[in-house]
Amino acid sequence: MGHSKKRKEDARFIQGKGNYVDDVKLPGMLYMDIVRSPYAYAKIKSIDSSKALEIPGVVAVVTGKDLEKYNLHWMPTLMSDTQMVLPTDTVMYQAQEVAAVIATDRYIARDGKEAVIVEYETMKPLMDPFDALDPEAPVLRSDKEGKTDNHIWHWEVGDKEKTDDIFSNADITVKQQMHIPRIHVASIETCGCVASYDKVENHLTMYMTTQAPHAIRTVIALVAGHVGLTEEKIRVISPDIGGGFGGKVPVYPGYVIAIAVSFLTGSPIKWIEDRSENLQADSFARDYHITAEMAGTSDGKIQATRFKVLADHGYTDASANPSKFPTGLFSIGTGSYDYGAAYMEADAVYTNKPPGGVAYRCSFRVTEAVHAIERMTDMFAKKAGKDPAQLRMENFIKKEDFPWASPTGWSYDSGDYHAGLKLAMDTVGYDELRIEQAQLRKEGKLMGIGISTFTEVVGAGPSKDFDILGIKMFDSAEIRVHPTGKAIARFGTKSQGQGHETTYAQIIAEELGIPMEHIQIEEGDTDTAPYGLGTYASRSTPTAGAAAAMAARKLRDKAKKIAAHLLEVSEQDLEWEPGKFFVKGAPEKVKTIQEIVFAAYTNHPEGMEGGFEATHYYDPPNLTFPSGAYICVVDVDPETCDIKVRRFVAIDDCGNIINPMIVQGQVHGGLTQGIAPAMYEELIYDEAGNILNGTFMDYLVPTAVESPNWETGHTVTPAPHHPIGAKGVGESPTVGAPPAIVNAIVDAVAHLGIKHLEIPVTPFKLYKELKAVGYFNQQEA
Amino acid sequence: MIAEPFGYSSPQSLDEAYALLHEHGDDAKILAGGHSLIPMMKLRFAAPTHLIDINKIPGLSYIKEEDGFLKIGAMTREVDLEESDIISSRYQIFTDASKLIADPQVRNFGTIGGNIAHGDAANDHPAVMMALDAEVEISGQDGKRSVSINEFFHGFYTTAVQHGEILTEIRIPAASGHFGSAYHKAERKVGDYATAGVAVVIRVDDGGICTKAGIGLTNVNAVPMRAIRSEEALVGSMLSAGDIAKAAQYAAEDCNPSSDLRGDEDYKRHLVSVITKRMINRALERAK
Ligand SMILES: Cc1cc2nc3c(=O)[nH]c(=O)nc-3n(C[C@H](O)[C@H](O)[C@H](O)COP(=O)(O)OP(=O)(O)OC[C@H]3O[C@@H](n4cnc5c(N)ncnc54)[C@H](O)[C@@H]3O)c2cc1C
Repeated sequence: MGHSKKRKEDARFIQGKGNYVDDVKLPGMLYMDIVRSPYAYAKIKSIDSSKALEIPGVVAVVTGKDLEKYNLHWMPTLMSDTQMVLPTDTVMYQAQEVAAVIATDRYIARDGKEAVIVEYETMKPLMDPFDALDPEAPVLRSDKEGKTDNHIWHWEVGDKEKTDDIFSNADITVKQQMHIPRIHVASIETCGCVASYDKVENHLTMYMTTQAPHAIRTVIALVAGHVGLTEEKIRVISPDIGGGFGGKVPVYPGYVIAIAVSFLTGSPIKWIEDRSENLQADSFARDYHITAEMAGTSDGKIQATRFKVLADHGYTDASANPSKFPTGLFSIGTGSYDYGAAYMEADAVYTNKPPGGVAYRCSFRVTEAVHAIERMTDMFAKKAGKDPAQLRMENFIKKEDFPWASPTGWSYDSGDYHAGLKLAMDTVGYDELRIEQAQLRKEGKLMGIGISTFTEVVGAGPSKDFDILGIKMFDSAEIRVHPTGKAIARFGTKSQGQGHETTYAQIIAEELGIPMEHIQIEEGDTDTAPYGLGTYASRSTPTAGAAAAMAARKLRDKAKKIAAHLLEVSEQDLEWEPGKFFVKGAPEKVKTIQEIVFAAYTNHPEGMEGGFEATHYYDPPNLTFPSGAYICVVDVDPETCDIKVRRFVAIDDCGNIINPMIVQGQVHGGLTQGIAPAMYEELIYDEAGNILNGTFMDYLVPTAVESPNWETGHTVTPAPHHPIGAKGVGESPTVGAPPAIVNAIVDAVAHLGIKHLEIPVTPFKLYKELKAVGYFNQQEA
Repeated sequence: MIAEPFGYSSPQSLDEAYALLHEHGDDAKILAGGHSLIPMMKLRFAAPTHLIDINKIPGLSYIKEEDGFLKIGAMTREVDLEESDIISSRYQIFTDASKLIADPQVRNFGTIGGNIAHGDAANDHPAVMMALDAEVEISGQDGKRSVSINEFFHGFYTTAVQHGEILTEIRIPAASGHFGSAYHKAERKVGDYATAGVAVVIRVDDGGICTKAGIGLTNVNAVPMRAIRSEEALVGSMLSAGDIAKAAQYAAEDCNPSSDLRGDEDYKRHLVSVITKRMINRALERAK
């Protein structure tokens, strides 16, 4: 623990020896390409496949009508909504799957796709979620019996009366409507699969890009059980994954079509999306319209918050939240501050946009919540006439007040928010920066300092509240130590770049004293790994990491018994030091873990089971609550409005740290994905439902060039209920960075009369805002 | 991301290339670095039936000063411009521009000839060439002809290069006297095409009077454009802040940007003004 070990998996990645889905090649494999709708909302009048079928090598063209014969044309979403696999009559969003072309090679499939002629009758799409609420609006989901509006669900939490009461009597209130725009995970590897159905064995092997192979196996069994594919006949293999970020949790129509076609033809079917398909059709993230309010005293004490959300889910609610949480864990939005009243409500609607609502590198809507609370904290500080750092210090929950009951029902496990912000301020030189800022303003230069002090909630989760389609969200580890003291451990999670092969090995090495080099980690094959719900929402270390520690401890208990037997002493006389048991007071009487393991196979005590294996399913008693204090410094070009991040200090508290280098890598990547929505990324649609930036030419994913030199650091407040005190860190930076950046940009121009900026804050947007407050007139005068 | 079917040949000489162009007719295209053409083919915006790859033809890649010209072979890659001593010491405008074009992968392969022959006002070299008053050598079965850059761009993706012809060389009046040049573009992120870009070339005499000015604008007009009123405002002036401001203002007024995701017309004109001012100052700095 605590060692920056080089990642075990990197040897194969840096040599190009990773094994991704597109590397899978099976004999007789056919290739699939998908015809997609150019329109956002249209009736399908006809689909003519004849020209495509004339192309040599095109084997079949599959439509919704074909799937309908087997009742495979619809599927459930993870939120118990419904989604077309292929349409039989209507398309609901641009880039929706319309038909699949199967061919003997990838290129022919593409040409075949071009040759399929679809006639559409277009309809006026519903693109604005506020319009969707209008009682006069056309009902989009007329496929649902009795549906008379576009409303999906309503959710609320907190004490409305108490909160309203505080608001009506407060000295200061601030209110802001903000949009957390629709974005895309844009992982470098797109989605894809090879579905291989063996007709003789009635067995399906599904290689696919999934973050949750076991859950997918169960979902396939639920969807395809009626055609004989029951769960023992399904093997899901998730090989190396090139980034998931939540986008590889859902089941996309392409996977289901591939399975159906393999089932019908008996041939393996490969489907690999191209970049544009991935960006345009696969699940989006965010898209929350939030009206946020904060109330407090004139001397800057926060008293209450009130958030109202309108969630645009597109055609169907295809989020991947725990089932009881339609807004995910948005209720963490009361933040790091000590106050007793909050009320939050949310409504979700259908529109003619692609479906989704995935948790893009965040524990289910935590990013949206943190953005709202951190923006409001800054606005409140401004109105109270206080420095935003000072105001935060005065409102933080105190270290000694944990566990802390939040007004929306969470029990925050631990934290030291004051220490984190102090460290961030010292690192960045906060007071000096404020002096510099005052000076620069006199010279007409624009510089801003922004803070975000967030609390996350990760590690879903305790089985009493957390399940997906009824399956509890525990996770698992199985450790087998071989006679020679080397081990293999398998998990229900699935790394997509997080470095599990290293982190888990380190945990087991720490608990069992076997060198991590001798521990092989395996994930992603449902035939061999124990059941688990996968990797997303920073849950792997909090759940499966804990399971690894617990399974290793079971083995250590067994090791103690064997050592006592070998040394002919009683268990109470033994003492443990990583890697060995020795007799108290007689350290020369010792048995190494390797000797003990060997004995487990060669000379185990009578009455004891042989072998050296353990499995643990870890059901966390609580979630973990990582926190962070981020400070961002920006310089804005007063003429071009270019925004340059000069400094970014990120102090994270993720409890005990297993591998500091991996944590730092996670933080660097996450921060870059934090500047993305803050300054660059947004999926943009026109009124006709066309995506305007459906390629990387216009969907602006930031690169190393846009990334500042990230300055990272830590405070360590262990999770008291977690076996190794760890909290999960993969998502903190994505969650915490955007408000720090926006707060900094707003701070740079606040003296010019700007109170709020919507993300992404681009130079163009900033120019328009500055122009609207007359800034360029002053400049010219 | 898969192109329509196409044929391919790789001639070893210009004559062979001309013959192939004639043989395959209008639907054949020349393939240089491929970094404009191939993306368009993959997106199926372009579907040439045959590609004639001119990468194997010797003698088309060079940077040299000769007969009062800087001569650049059509197949010279961006990376060659970035690494050339002649360029970095005397024609920094190319270094400025090359650094702002895409990423090293693209620059290792993209050619200067292709950049111009593509005929896209969003590319950076056209404006640079206009500021430099370049001449383009176009060769074909009937010999060579030279076209001024001012007459080169005919419209969206169309240029003076006729079917059967190949752009072979770019000639630029050699730097002399107090000569300075500079290029900058506003972009949304690295690798993006310009929101607006400005190329400036300045020559001043010993007394500091501007004797020559060339200003080209990127992506603010349907075809690459020259800011003629701005040039006129500078020539003969002492390049005072007022003169520069006037040139900047003219450039902003005379361009014709369209509103798109990169910005609206107003913002782009504003950028043209700011960048023109900055590039004149930078070129002047370098002229000293
Ligand atoms: C991600 C990305 C970002 C980019 N960003 C920029 C940018 O910011 N600024 C910029 O300027 N460019 C940019 N480019 C384009 C790049 O610079 C191209 O390389 C360049 O535009 C074309 O040069 P090429 O040699 O690749 O030409 P090709 O793609 O091979 O050819 C382009 C066109 O010119 C024709 N052609 C090429 N050579 C000749 C010749 N000698 N005679 C006659 N016709 C010819 C071809 O037939 C074709 O029609 C970008 C490209 C990519 C992929």
